[in-house]
Amino acid sequence: MRITQGTFSYLPDLTDEEITAQAGYALGQGWPCSVEFTDDPHPRNSYWEMWGLPMFDLTDPAGVLYEINECRKAYPGHYIRLNAYDASYGRQTTALQFIVQRPAEEPGFRLDREETSDRRVRYTLHPYALDRPEGDRYGAGR
Amino acid sequence: MSERPGFGMRQNGSPAAAPTPPPAAGEPFTPGAEPLPPGAEPLPPGARVDLARERADSQVDGVLDALDRELVGLAPVKTRIREIAALLLVDRVRARFGIDSGRPNLHMCFTGGPGTGKTSVALRLAELLHRLGYVRRGHLVSVTRDDLVGQYVGHTAPKTKEVLKRAMGGVLFIDEAYYLYRAENERDYGQEAIEILLQVMENQRDDLVVVLAGYKDRMDSFFASNPGMSSRIAHHIDFPDYEPDELEAIGHLMMDREGYGLAPETEPVFRDYLSRRRAQPRFANARSVRNAIERARLRHANRLLARGGDVGREDLTTLHPEDFLASRVFG
Repeated sequence: MRITQGTFSYLPDLTDEEITAQAGYALGQGWPCSVEFTDDPHPRNSYWEMWGLPMFDLTDPAGVLYEINECRKAYPGHYIRLNAYDASYGRQTTALQFIVQRPAEEPGFRLDREETSDRRVRYTLHPYALDRPEGDRYGAGR
Repeated sequence: MSERPGFGMRQNGSPAAAPTPPPAAGEPFTPGAEPLPPGAEPLPPGARVDLARERADSQVDGVLDALDRELVGLAPVKTRIREIAALLLVDRVRARFGIDSGRPNLHMCFTGGPGTGKTSVALRLAELLHRLGYVRRGHLVSVTRDDLVGQYVGHTAPKTKEVLKRAMGGVLFIDEAYYLYRAENERDYGQEAIEILLQVMENQRDDLVVVLAGYKDRMDSFFASNPGMSSRIAHHIDFPDYEPDELEAIGHLMMDREGYGLAPETEPVFRDYLSRRRAQPRFANARSVRNAIERARLRHANRLLARGGDVGREDLTTLHPEDFLASRVFG
């Protein structure tokens, strides 16, 4: 199941040129970019691991793409996303966020039902990927 | 939903989630710097291109003229910059015919005494390369050893990479680059910075131009101990020291810019000052001229205040011989 989230969730995955163009747009707005990765695809997992610090003072998107590629090299089987923060509100505000890499195979989710008191049923989403230990969830990738 | 911008979930079609943001205002962003837009047909082999027109379109003459006008002397430097500009211009035209000539290597090394205009030329170079479409942004990031080399293990690589990322799309100017390599300490982190630098200079030639600068003799020994660096730099440009009359012209340029002038009787004194100062140790060419003028301004202001009374435009802008004669150079 293809996981979608962020700004361009309804589009096919962006190519490197399109990623560069979007990063260029973000930098033109004065939004610093940062790269994050995770192998826990649950939609409520908003805290992805940071790939280095947010990149301040960049003027050209080549540097952003460079870090994305470095992260892809280190985590070929993880989800990687690009964030652009708009700091002008004085608090952490994500202005743009999209996935730039996803694992080759995404096993998807199952719905778990839990019987609780009074015949009530609670539902929860369980990503199949989470059955395996962290770092080992998407095959060959670390 | 609240009207706070940027927070909370957005309905489809809400303005904050515009699907394809338009290019930033001002400079339109173009990925890559190819003069040939994708999909455009190359010119037929028999076509003719007007080079003069091409030259005017690139507005490169503005930068070259400014270089000539605002920088005195430096003939070998200007020649080389003109050659580079010509090469890039011709390459652009070649690309329109569909001839792929590869991207020329433009990493450079500026050597020369202090105050010979290395930084000023680098600044103009960045602007020039931008107009010719070689770099995308044309900004200059000027750094020294401190900005590249970390203080503990594992600190150097991220630091160097951050600087390189900041410089991408423009020119990275490394002042006194020989400090990166410390021969006396083989565990010095400078070596690590050099390695990363070399890697990026080689692999990301499209993204940035690296300019190393420093004094001639020390740069030579730096290159002797880092042969990889020397061979990756195509242009070694030497900045000659200024001649006395060039220094005088520089002084006049600086004073013009700051709204000062020399009284006629001050001219020989200024010339004399420069020739004396030039013979002294630690003479830093244009920088010393600037400092001399700064000090003359101090004395000029002090003289006006001490004299009292009312002053006119003439008094406020004219430097007199005593403003220079008080210098210890004449002592």
